[in-house]
Parts: sequence; structure tokens; C-alpha cells
Amino acid sequence: MNVVPAIVLRDVHKSFGATKIIDGVGLRISRGERHGLIGPNGAGKTTLFNMISGRLSVSRGEIELNGRLIQNRAPHEINRMGLCRSFQITSLFHRLSVFENVRCALLWSLGYRYSIAHLLSRQRKLNTASQILLERLGLWDRREIRAGLLSYAEQRALEIGITVAGGADVILLDEPTAGMNRNEADRAVSLIRQLTEGKTLLVVEHDMNVVFSLADNVSVLVYGRIIASDVPERVRVNPVVREAYLGTKGA
Amino acid sequence: MTEVVAQRSGDSARYDVRAALGRFWPAFTFIALAIVVPWLFFDWSKGRHSGFVISLVSQMGVMSIFALSFNMQMGQAGLLTFGHAVFLGLGGYATIHALNAVASGLFWLPVELMPLVGGISGLIFATIFGYMATRQTGTAYAMITLGFGELVSAAAVMFNGFFGGEGGVTANRMIKTSFLGLSYGPAIEVYYLILFWTVLSAGVMLLLTQVPLGRMANACRDNSERAQFVGYDPRRVRFYQCAISGFFAGIAGALYAINYEIVTYDAVSAVLSANVLLMTFIGGIGVFWGPILGAVLITLLQSWMSLLSGAWVIYVAVLFVVMVIYAPGGIAGLIMAHLPIWRSGRLATLAVPYLRIVMPSVTGIIGFAGLVELTYSASIGKGQGRALTLFYHVIDTSSLLPWFVTAVLFALGIALAASQRVQFLESWAAVAEETRVKEPCR
Repeated sequence: MNVVPAIVLRDVHKSFGATKIIDGVGLRISRGERHGLIGPNGAGKTTLFNMISGRLSVSRGEIELNGRLIQNRAPHEINRMGLCRSFQITSLFHRLSVFENVRCALLWSLGYRYSIAHLLSRQRKLNTASQILLERLGLWDRREIRAGLLSYAEQRALEIGITVAGGADVILLDEPTAGMNRNEADRAVSLIRQLTEGKTLLVVEHDMNVVFSLADNVSVLVYGRIIASDVPERVRVNPVVREAYLGTKGA
Repeated sequence: MTEVVAQRSGDSARYDVRAALGRFWPAFTFIALAIVVPWLFFDWSKGRHSGFVISLVSQMGVMSIFALSFNMQMGQAGLLTFGHAVFLGLGGYATIHALNAVASGLFWLPVELMPLVGGISGLIFATIFGYMATRQTGTAYAMITLGFGELVSAAAVMFNGFFGGEGGVTANRMIKTSFLGLSYGPAIEVYYLILFWTVLSAGVMLLLTQVPLGRMANACRDNSERAQFVGYDPRRVRFYQCAISGFFAGIAGALYAINYEIVTYDAVSAVLSANVLLMTFIGGIGVFWGPILGAVLITLLQSWMSLLSGAWVIYVAVLFVVMVIYAPGGIAGLIMAHLPIWRSGRLATLAVPYLRIVMPSVTGIIGFAGLVELTYSASIGKGQGRALTLFYHVIDTSSLLPWFVTAVLFALGIALAASQRVQFLESWAAVAEETRVKEPCR
């Protein structure tokens, strides 16, 4: 049954006017795989993410999620089909409490839809699930604080929490450790590992240590094309990659 | 936090009356006050209610529902609307016609349920309107509501069949259909009907802030993109929220119609839409009961201050501007900011800083009010042949002295208050900081 890959990209193109950002990307990520996406600034990593998650339209090509075509669908539809993403710039419900943030992220997946007939405080299953997730995030003691008032590292943790809360089996993380120091990044990586256990993970990252420690496979995106896609050890020594990316970055 | 703790100790399923009383005592006090208020002004010598007070509190009730429904869009969903009166007005027109239809024997409906006629009309119009408008948010949404408001206002003067033209539509609320056997002739009976529906509507609207749709409305207000990535279609959230808000505005409209027995195009006008915006912002959009506070206060100002001064509109306008600049959270926001300080018993430390800024402010306000009254008296008042009386003294507006005194008071007061501002904010922040340390989870 596991023959259907989680994500398939076929000859995906994206141009803004005359500018080609993504120039024929093909990618195949199997179920349960942790896939790293690296590349220099402006290579189109976030654009690719935005197309997969439905935030941007696809100029040409096909994107499949669990065997179903999803290109140019609305973000909430793609989300309901089992994909969730995080953002490079922290994207929370900043005026709601930490607890409410997680609860909002759980609502749809627990089938509440647009209900006006369920008092949130009475939903035992929902509230227990929120509590369990907050405890795993290490944010239970901070549950009453407005999300916008959390420290940066805490906001990033909450961001990951919201992303995995709904139980999507495909998780896209856009630079989850951006702006963190070594310690914080290590903690974030172990949190990601824990929370995405058994899920398919596609992660954009600048920090090579994070990518090589987290990913089963790594793809290198340069100028809108994937120039290499392999296990981290071989990508690391790939001469083309070294020249195009690692060499210039001095990693 | 309370609900989470309750969840953990496992007793959340049982409704605890004492806990509810403890949490909602301000609301119950307010309701009790609303019930007895007419009797405080009862004229025992003549055995009659004060017509002024009854009409005042009736209007407060109607406007409270209206402002709360406005805030379902503004505060909770982040949708600024300039045409909210449309739903009140259309609900009002529908009710007036329903009253006439029942009176002529077309169908039977007790007066007590008339608000549902208004509510359902409000809901229908808000559904049609919301379907088009909620594609947009922010400025675009505000512009659409403005246009829609103008459209309905224009229609109200053009289509006489439904709207009755400039004269509006009248009805008699004494249609002899009542569950309770009331005639609804005396205004006090209408007031209690309004109060009943106000409490009911406010209660339901409060519950609606605690359900998935209400919470997702907050979420979409904060970050509609993130809402999409947790599975929600923000447009649908806005649409439902707008429709429900129209329902409650329609209820307010029905009570308006029953209360005044006439609905004219004033009820759909931009003036009323602006009025509800004013009330809600002054009361506070960030706290559920803020709009009620605003509705009560502004209605009071409008009715009571208009007796004292013909220039009352200026005072309300200045209050609005000052609030939006210095206290964007409204009066309710100010109260909520002081609550933790009061709980920690440190409010007294703010007494001196407050005195230092309030005294010059009051001086400035007196000076300002003096200037406004002088100007008003010298222009419009003169035309009406009335003399300006301040503190039981007739003031000669043609002499320079009163102008000079008020101008000095105004300038001095404002300048002094401004000079105290930084220091005041610092001492406030210091106390706020300390209280936050004491209560880490607030």
C-alpha cells in the first residue's frame, strides 16, 4: 500500500511575469521520508513551498499529495487532504492565548467545522489533546499568555506545534530554526523529530547541521532547478553541489 | 485558565451555579440594576413612571444589542463595517409590517416573538450581503459596507411601498396578541420586553464567542492565512459571522420598531451606522461587554447632555477622537488594564500620578467646554434668543472676559496635562510591571 508517494512534483514551473522562479522541478517524496530542501538565497525554495501548500498558483506542471492532484487548490482544501506547513516568519494567532492557538489548530481535524453548538470549554477530547500537545511543546506553563508575547524560541515551538496539531501526515517546515542559536536549534530539531515521528517531512533549511542531521534525503535547488537529490552523505560530496552551493557558502 | 483547570479536575461537565455566580456577578448586578432603574425614578406622588427615564433605558437596551452585534464583526472578526444600520433598519421595517399584518388579521404572532421577525429579516439580508462582501476584508470590506449602506438608504426614500418614503412606516404595537396578556400600551411593559431580549441576545452572543465559529473568527482576524493552514476557509468564517451579526442587529431593529412604533429611513442611515461604531469603540472592542458600556454611555450622553447643551455632538465627537488616540481599547480596555493592579492591591500607588494628570485635564476640559458653549451661544444660541447660563450666572458672550478665562483654562490645563504625560505613563508602566511579576499567568 505504501507505493503511493506522499508528494510528487512533475515538471513544476512558476513565473512572475517574465521572471522564471521555478523552472521544471520534479520531486518524489515517499511516505515517512524526511526530505531536506536546500539551496542558496533566491533559489525558489519558499516559492516551491508556497505552490505545494496552495498559497501560490502553479504556472505549469502537476503536484500530487498522497496520489491526488492538488495544484491550484485553496490552502484550506489542501490542508484538509493531509498537508500542513509552517512559515519562515512566525505565523501565529498573536492576540489569542497559547492554549487557544493550539485549540484552533485542532478544531477542524476533530470535526468541529464551523459549529456554533459546541462550547469549547466542554469539549473534553479537544482540551485534553490541546493539553497533551502543549506539554510536549514545553509550553503548558505558558498557556495563558498571548502568543504574540512569547519569546522567539517559544513562538517557533508553538509554530511547529500548530503545524502538526491537526494530524496532517505531510508536514512542510519553512526554516524552522531560522534566527536561533546553536542550543535553541538543537532543541528545535529534537522537538521536530519527536512531533513528526512517522510523518512525511519536507523541510527548507539554511542551517546545514540541521538538514544533515534531520533529513533522510536532501534535494538541492539552484535557480529554480533541482541539481541533486540524494542521501545527505552523497549530496555533501557531490562536486556540482559543492560548486553551486556549499562551496560558495563555505559550509 | 479557569476552564482548563476545571477540565483537569474533571468536573467541567457539571454546571456549577455558584461558580457561575462568582464569575458573572457583575453581569447579574447590571441586570438587577436594569430591572429596578425605572422604579428609582417612579413619581410616587402622581403614581407614574418617568417617561424620560423609560425611553432612555429602552433605547440603551436596543443600542446594546445593536453595538454587540456590530462588535461580532468589528472586535471579534476584525471586519470594520460602515453600514451596520442596514440590518437594524431592515429588521425594523419587517417588524413594523408584521405588526400591521397581525393587526389586520393576516396572521397571528405574539408581540413577545416579534423580535424574531426582525432577527430573521436581518439574517436574510446579512446572508445576501455577506455572500458578496465577505470575499473581502479590511478596507475593501469597509468600502463595500459603506456602498451597501448608501444603496439601502437611497432605496428607503425611493420605494414607498415597503419603506414608506420620507414619512416612514408606522404601526400600533397594541395588537392584543401577547403570551403574557400585556397590552404593551405603557412604555414600562415595552421596556421589560426590550430588557428581556437584550439579556437573552447578549447571553447568546456571549456563548457564541465560546464556540468553534467564534474562536475561528478571532483566529481569522489575527491571521487569516494561518487559519487556512489549519483547515478553515476564512471567507466562510467571515460569512457566517456576518450573517449571525445581522440576525442580532435585526432583533435590535424589531425592538426599535416596537418601541417607537415608527421606522423611517433614519433607521438604515449612515448616521446610525456611524453612531454604533462610535459607541462600540468608546466602550471597547476588545472586551465582550465593552459595546454595552459604550451603548449605555453614549445614549446617556445623547439624551441627557442634549438637554444641558445644544453642542453635545461636539463633546461626543471629541470623546471619540480622544479615546481612539489615547485609549484604543476603549473604556472596557481601561478597566481591564486596571483590574490586575486593583486585585494586587496596588491601585492606591497610582492615586498620586492620576491626580497629577487628572486635575489639569479636568481644568482643560472645563476650559474647552466653556469655549464651546460660548461659541455656540454666540452663534446659534443668539439666533434662538437664549442667554448662556453657567453656574446660575448669565454670561455676556460679547464681553472679552469669559472668552479669556476659558481660553486660559483650556490652554493651561492641556499644557500641564501634556507635561505630566510621560511621567504618568512611566509610573503606570512600573506598577503594571510589578503586578505582572506577582501574577505570572495573567
